[in-house]
Amino acid sequence: MKIGVVTFPGSLDDADARRAAAVAGAEPVALWHADADLHGVDAVVLPGGFSYGDYLRAGAISRFAPVMETIISKAGEGLPVLGICNGFQVLCESHLLPGALIKNHHRKFLCKDQPLRIENNRTAWTSDYDSNHEITIVVKNQDGSFVADEPTLDRLEGEGLVVARYLGVNPNGSYRDIAGITNARGNVVGLMPHPEHCVETLTGPTTDGLGFFTSVLKAVVAS
Amino acid sequence: MSPEMSADTVSNAGNTPDVEQPWAELGLKPDEYQRIRDILDRRPTSCELAMYSVMWSEHCSYKSSKVHLRRFGEIPQETPAGKMLAGIGENAGVIDIGEGYAVTFKVESHNHPSYIEPYQGAATGVGGIVRDILAMGARPVAVMDPLRFGPLHADDTKRVLPGVVSGIGGYGNSLGLPNVGGEVVFDPTYLGNPLVNALCVGVMRHEDLHLANATGVGNRIILYGAKTGGDGIGGVSVLASETFAEGGPTKRPAVQVGDPFMEKLLIECTLELFAANVVEGIQDLGGAGLSCATSELASAGEGGMYVSLDKVPLRDASLAPEEILMSESQERMMAVVTPDNVEAFLKICAKWDVQADVIGEVTNTGRLQIDWHGERVVDVPPRTVAHEGPVYERPYERPAWQDELQADGAEKLPRATTGAELRDTLLTLVASPNLCDKSWVTDQYDRYVLGNSVLAQPEDSGMIRVDETSGLGVAVSTDCNGRFAKLDPYTGAKLALAESYRNVATTGARPAAVTDCLNFGSPEDPAVMWQFAEAIRGLVDGCIELGIPVTGGNVSFYNQTGETPILPTPVVGVLGVIDDVSRRTPIGFTAEMEGHQLYLLGETEEELSGSEWANVVHGHLGGRPPAVDLAAEQQLADILINASRDGLIDAAHDVSDGGVAQTLVESALRGGVGARVWAPDGLDPFLFLFAESAGRAVVAVPRTEEVRFTDMCTARRFPHVKIGVITGDSLDVQDQFEVSLTELRTAWTQTLPAALN
Repeated sequence: MKIGVVTFPGSLDDADARRAAAVAGAEPVALWHADADLHGVDAVVLPGGFSYGDYLRAGAISRFAPVMETIISKAGEGLPVLGICNGFQVLCESHLLPGALIKNHHRKFLCKDQPLRIENNRTAWTSDYDSNHEITIVVKNQDGSFVADEPTLDRLEGEGLVVARYLGVNPNGSYRDIAGITNARGNVVGLMPHPEHCVETLTGPTTDGLGFFTSVLKAVVAS
Repeated sequence: MSPEMSADTVSNAGNTPDVEQPWAELGLKPDEYQRIRDILDRRPTSCELAMYSVMWSEHCSYKSSKVHLRRFGEIPQETPAGKMLAGIGENAGVIDIGEGYAVTFKVESHNHPSYIEPYQGAATGVGGIVRDILAMGARPVAVMDPLRFGPLHADDTKRVLPGVVSGIGGYGNSLGLPNVGGEVVFDPTYLGNPLVNALCVGVMRHEDLHLANATGVGNRIILYGAKTGGDGIGGVSVLASETFAEGGPTKRPAVQVGDPFMEKLLIECTLELFAANVVEGIQDLGGAGLSCATSELASAGEGGMYVSLDKVPLRDASLAPEEILMSESQERMMAVVTPDNVEAFLKICAKWDVQADVIGEVTNTGRLQIDWHGERVVDVPPRTVAHEGPVYERPYERPAWQDELQADGAEKLPRATTGAELRDTLLTLVASPNLCDKSWVTDQYDRYVLGNSVLAQPEDSGMIRVDETSGLGVAVSTDCNGRFAKLDPYTGAKLALAESYRNVATTGARPAAVTDCLNFGSPEDPAVMWQFAEAIRGLVDGCIELGIPVTGGNVSFYNQTGETPILPTPVVGVLGVIDDVSRRTPIGFTAEMEGHQLYLLGETEEELSGSEWANVVHGHLGGRPPAVDLAAEQQLADILINASRDGLIDAAHDVSDGGVAQTLVESALRGGVGARVWAPDGLDPFLFLFAESAGRAVVAVPRTEEVRFTDMCTARRFPHVKIGVITGDSLDVQDQFEVSLTELRTAWTQTLPAALN
C-alpha cells in the first residue's frame, strides 16, 4: 500500500504527510510536480504549503503541473486523493471540488488547535471515524475561508458532501463553518485543517488526524 | 544598459587623485578615508569607496565592539554536549550533539529596518538568519523571535507590532519553519527603537559542515538565487547618483523586500547541492551584499578573486556598479565550485527553478578584482575590506546616575498585605502587557510544520526532535530582562544567561552553548559603552562559570531616540541537548496530575527591584537586580534534568518575571487544572508570590516519587520546599485568597486582543 505525496515548489508539509502515511502503516512515496508518473501509488496527498508562492492565487499555478494532469485523470477513475490546506486549494482550482478558498476574514495567518465534527464518514479518507465524530486537529492558514455560491453550498449539504465542519469559533470565516468537502464518489477530499500534524502525541496536540490515513489504507485494501 | 553610465575605473582613480569623494556622507571618518588611500596608495574608485564604507560600518565591522567581543575567546571552547565544530567568525556556531549530528544556531538583529518598514524589516530578518544557518550546511529546523516594543497602548506600537508579527509569520510560515519560542516585551525606551531579533536553529550530519572560503585557484564563483535589484542600497545611492545623468533613477529603497517562496527554493536547492557534493565553499548574501560575500570569501581562501559584474543577473538594468556591489537584494547565495562540478551545480539549480550564473573565479593574485563593462572598477586586498577595518577603543565610563539609580530600591515601596490586596495585585499583573498571554502574536506563527516540535511557546523553551528513532533533540530559549540590565549591566547580563540556561534545563535538556544579540544605544555615549562592556564581562564570567561557550551572535548599536538609549538588552539564547525528547518536561498542570505535590526549588529573597510588580504597580525602576548565583543555577539544572530523566517530575516551570504567582498562573492555565498553595513558613506571602529572585523553579511531583525527589534535593543540599498541590479549577492561596481559572484566563488573555484588534 503506497501513499504518494506531491512536492510542488513551495510545498511545506510534504515531509509531515509522508510521516503520517508511514505512521498509519503505508509506504510513503515522494512524487515530484514535474514528473507526470505516479509511480504506482494507491492514493495521493496534495500537502499544505505555498505552492509556487501562491502567486496569482493559492493553488492556481499548481493545477497545471504535469503531475496534476495524471492525478486529475486518475481521480476520475476513483484514485483516492486528499488535498490538505494548499492541496485543498489545488483541488478547487483543478475543479475536482467545487468552491474556492479566500483570505481569512480576519486577514491574519492563524495557527491553532481546532475542534471539528466529521459529518461524512463514508469517504475513502474518513471511514475510520464514527459518524459525527468530534476531533481536534491543527488548523493553520492565511487563505482558509471556504466560499461557494448558495446553490453549491445547498447542494453540498443536501448531498452529504460536507466532510468536516468547524466547531466553536469559526477560524477563518468559511461559509457554513465548512472545513472539508468531498466529491460525489467520495474518493477526493479537500480539507483545510491539517491531520498530518496530529499523528503522534509527542509532536501534535492530539492523534486525531491519523484516521484520515488509516481510512485510506482500508479503502484501498477493500477496492 | 543606459549609455549615460560610466564607471570610475582604477586607472581613472590613479589619474585623478584630487577628485572630491563623498566619504563623509557614506559615514566614513577623515582618518578612515585616509587609511583607505594609504592601503591602495591612491584614491579609491567609487566602487571601492562604496565597499569600504559599508564593510567598515559599525554593522559589518564591529569596530566599536570588537575589543570587547574578543573576550568571548577566553571561554573554554568545549561544550557539555560535545565539541564546538565552528565558532565566532563563521556564519553561525556549530556544536556536536552526538550520534553523528551537529546543530548550528544564531540570533541576529533587524531592529532599524523593522522600525522603518515593520513587515519587510522583520520578514527579511528571518530570511537573513535562515541563510546564515543554511550556509553552514545545515537544514534550518526552527526559528524564534525575541521582540521588544514601546508601550502597548502607544499609537506607534499599533503600527510596528502587527507589521513585525505579520512579517515574521509571512516569511517564516512560508518557509515551512516552525516558530517555537521567543519573547514579546514592552518598555517605553523601545518606542522609537523596537528590537526585532531573529534566531534560527539548523541540523546537519558532521560531514555536511561547510565553511565560507574561496579556495582552489581556478574554481568558479557562482551567484545563485534571486536577481539583484535596487533594494536595500540606502546610503550608497549617494555614490550611484553621481554616475547617472540628470533625471535618472536616484532614490532607492533602504529596506530590502523579501520573497519567501524564492528562499524556500533556495533552501531545498542548496541542501541538494550539498548532498551532491558539488560545493567547495559557500556564503550567503546579507548585509553589504556582493561586497561582503566576495571580500569575505576571498579573505578566507587563497586571497584572490576575480568577478565580472556584467555576469550578475539584474532585476533593473539601470543599476550602477556601486549599486550592484551594495545591493542587499534578498534570497541570494554565493558558492565556490570546481570547474568540473559547474555543470552538475547548474543542473540542480535548474531543477529548482533557481537562477545560477558563474560570475568569476578564485585567483592567486592576492587581490579582489572586479570588472564592469570590461573595465576594472575594484582592485583591493580583500582582507583590508573584510577584516582589517578600523577598531575603536571607545571611551566608557560608569554613568554618574548609576549610584542614584541603585540607591532607589523597590523594596521600600508600599505592598499589598491583605488577601484581597494580594488578589488584586495578582490580577493586575497577569493582565499587564509583559505578563499577559502572547497567543495573539504566536498564533500567527506555524509551530507544527516539519512535525518535530516537541515543545513550543508558551513552554519554557522550544524543543525540536532531531532523530525520530533515537529521540535525540535540542531545546532553545532566549531571554533578557532589560530592566535588570539597566540597574546593573554586569549582573543583568548574567541574569539573562541564567534565565535562558534555567529555561532549557527546566524542559529537561542539558544546556550546551550560547548565542547572543547585544542590543544597545550609541557606542559614542560613554555610559552606553560602559553598559556594553559590563554586559560582555558578565556574559564571559557567566559562561566560564557555567562551562558553556558563546558560539556566535550579533551586536546592534545606535538603538536610541535622540539622547535616550534603549534599556541595555543583551538577549541570550541558550541551546541544550536532550537524549530522548519523550522525557521532556512541560509547564502545564493537567488532569492526570491532580494531587501531584508542588515544590518550589531555590531560595526566595526580598528582591523586588526591577520586578514586574515594581514596574506595573508603581511604574518604578531602581535599586539592584536580584542576586545571581550560577553555582546554584547549575545545581538546579542538574536536579531538573535528572528528575526529568528519572521520571520524578511531570511538570516544571521556571520562576522569573512576575514571580511564583505568574509561574503558577501560567502552569494552571496551560494545563487547565488549578492548585492550592501556601507560603512556606517564615516567608511573607507577598514575597512568596511576587519576588523575582533568580535560581528558582516550581515542579510537580507525583506522590509516588515524592520521597525519591526530596531525597535527591536533600542529598545535593539544594533548597526545596513544598508549596502546595495540583487540584481544582482555581488558584487558591491558603489563608489569603482564591481566584478561579476562568477569571484568571479572562484577565490573562484579553490584554493583547483588546489593544491590537
